[in-house]
Amino acid sequence: MMKTFDIFVIPFVVGMVFVLMFCLAALGRVILQMPHSDRRRLLVSLVTPQTFLRNIRDIFCDCLLHVKIWKRNPVLGFMHSAIAFGWFMIIVIGHIEVFVLQPFNDYNLSFAQDLGSKLYLPIFFRFFSPEAVSPTAKTLAFLMDFFLALILCGILTAFLKKIKSTIVGVKRITKFGFADSVIRIALWTIFPFRLAAETTQLMVFWWLYSLDLCLFMFLLPFTRYMHIPSEMLLILLRNAGIKSKSPRQGFALAEMYSCPGCGLCIDACPMSVDDEKSGMTSVYFIRNLRKNDPEKMREMAEVCLMCGKCVSVCPVAIQSCDLKMNLRKNESENLISDLSYLNKVDISENICEKGEKVLFFAGCMTHLTPRIIKSMKKIFEKAGERYEIMDSEGGICCGRPMLLAGKTDAAQAVIAKNTEMIRKSGARKLVVSCPICYRVFKEEYQLEDIEIQHHSQYIDEIISKGKLKLSRTKSRIVYHDPCELGRPFGIYDEPRHVVESCGVLVEAAQNRNMSVCCGGSLGSITMSKDKRDAVTDSSLANLMANHPDEIATACPLCLKTFAKKTDIQVNDIAELVAENCS
Amino acid sequence: MNFGFSISPSSHIMMDDVSRKRFDALKKTEPDIAICMSCGSCTATCTAGANAEVSLRRMILMLQRGKDDEALAMASRCLLCGKCYLVCPRGINTRHVLLSISKCLGHDEDI
Repeated sequence: MMKTFDIFVIPFVVGMVFVLMFCLAALGRVILQMPHSDRRRLLVSLVTPQTFLRNIRDIFCDCLLHVKIWKRNPVLGFMHSAIAFGWFMIIVIGHIEVFVLQPFNDYNLSFAQDLGSKLYLPIFFRFFSPEAVSPTAKTLAFLMDFFLALILCGILTAFLKKIKSTIVGVKRITKFGFADSVIRIALWTIFPFRLAAETTQLMVFWWLYSLDLCLFMFLLPFTRYMHIPSEMLLILLRNAGIKSKSPRQGFALAEMYSCPGCGLCIDACPMSVDDEKSGMTSVYFIRNLRKNDPEKMREMAEVCLMCGKCVSVCPVAIQSCDLKMNLRKNESENLISDLSYLNKVDISENICEKGEKVLFFAGCMTHLTPRIIKSMKKIFEKAGERYEIMDSEGGICCGRPMLLAGKTDAAQAVIAKNTEMIRKSGARKLVVSCPICYRVFKEEYQLEDIEIQHHSQYIDEIISKGKLKLSRTKSRIVYHDPCELGRPFGIYDEPRHVVESCGVLVEAAQNRNMSVCCGGSLGSITMSKDKRDAVTDSSLANLMANHPDEIATACPLCLKTFAKKTDIQVNDIAELVAENCS
Repeated sequence: MNFGFSISPSSHIMMDDVSRKRFDALKKTEPDIAICMSCGSCTATCTAGANAEVSLRRMILMLQRGKDDEALAMASRCLLCGKCYLVCPRGINTRHVLLSISKCLGHDEDI
């Protein structure tokens, strides 16, 4: 008669029970910390068939197959899916072996014994039932061996990555603390021990296998591997449309747990030009958030340029910029603000003649680069468009810089004032030449019935309508994607069309959603000038990869930042068009 | 009696009488304020300054002279748009200076 229990399974069972209890408690914390409206939203999304199907698809593609990482680098993708999918299949097939083959069903086990054994039998199946006899059993045994081999290949890749990270296309890898290093060794040895135990059937390996699993599970809640259970919850919450409202609670807690510490954000971060500053990247920010180290959390949240590149490369899509914004908000919310003088600013009633005229908002940064305003005026006139400039007498700020600094209430006062003026103007179309303004108009203003366009979209539109006649030069122009325009709104093609109609478009080494911040960003509150200069230099080097004759951008702040640091001509796309239109 | 002129009140500040404690605390978090050369570029470009009395140059002078409350009132009108940072010839991180003024001076109990 086969055994159904051996003392070596105890460490595994204890670890398993511990990890399940911890996850349950963590789940409870996340749910309870969320506001009531978010809990409702989650409930509704779980019973809506569409989101239900999307949840299943996302969990399968992101947590098991790691499709996003495959797209980024196939070797890195293989490493992740071999371990994750392989392990998942081993657990699934292990359960099939126990529940389908039912080799232990002849024994009269008490209910408790039966329930307890169900926990460990699928994991140590080969110990209790070493011989596969029936064809089904043999097929299952083969599949188990196949997936074990797959996992071992994945672990081998991980080991090679540790030695030389460039084989998976990664320059800098995350520096780990003690617990993270120990659990990694535990993870890497689990499967070799399993292989050794199954092949040799020596008790020592079965013990090592069980103890190793126990160690892994006891460390899991306190290390980056917490992302394995947490990522599934994060997908459910995200698909329900929930966003973080605090730096560490509710949805933010789920995001913190879900950070796998992979460090893809380190290479992506523009601050990584400097080794010292690469320690300020999102992966370390989230680590400090988990540790709840207020000083470091604040420092990292305030230095960030908010370019959003870490978010766009993150395989788990953790919205780290939102977390940083929440933290800044907590810091600056209570600062005194006196914006009563905004009442003095005004605009004439129905200046846009019920939508007959386009309303142009230049914004603070464009006022510092009056050549853009001049060019826009010329473009409007050449195209025969009637227009009004909303802030020709100076105007006020759009409110985004205050939001970025965490002064949300004050920003809302500015937003309310601008909204009032735009409504009063009677405009149906608002053109903005600054991506910083464009973003806040799109995201925070309630202007649903007014079409808001960035000037790159507007110029592209009038060119395609044939309202502007442009002469193309042979100048090779590289286009720089501004952070506030590209990554949040995907406006990559319109400015490129505009550049192409003025000259020869060349691409930078990293472009579109991989574009490198110019270093001038208002997102950073504390970054010093020399650190910013280092970022600008690396961004310029990226742009110069294909030896262009001039640089074009669609952001007055990028323009100003680049112009200070390079000898070659830097133009806004509006200037390019104004120069080349006849 | 009208002499055709009057005597304006003294703008003399007795540095012995003012407390520079809050200014010193600010200087610790924001050493940049010591390198301002009062060129006034920040004031000339200021978005808020077009509609209200806001001038970073004057704020720094006020702080040096112990006129903390006036400086704080001015800082509270700032829109943080960052134009002053872009024009500052000394590369002072002006937005952070302005936030720090509000933070350090806004909480009396800390000093």
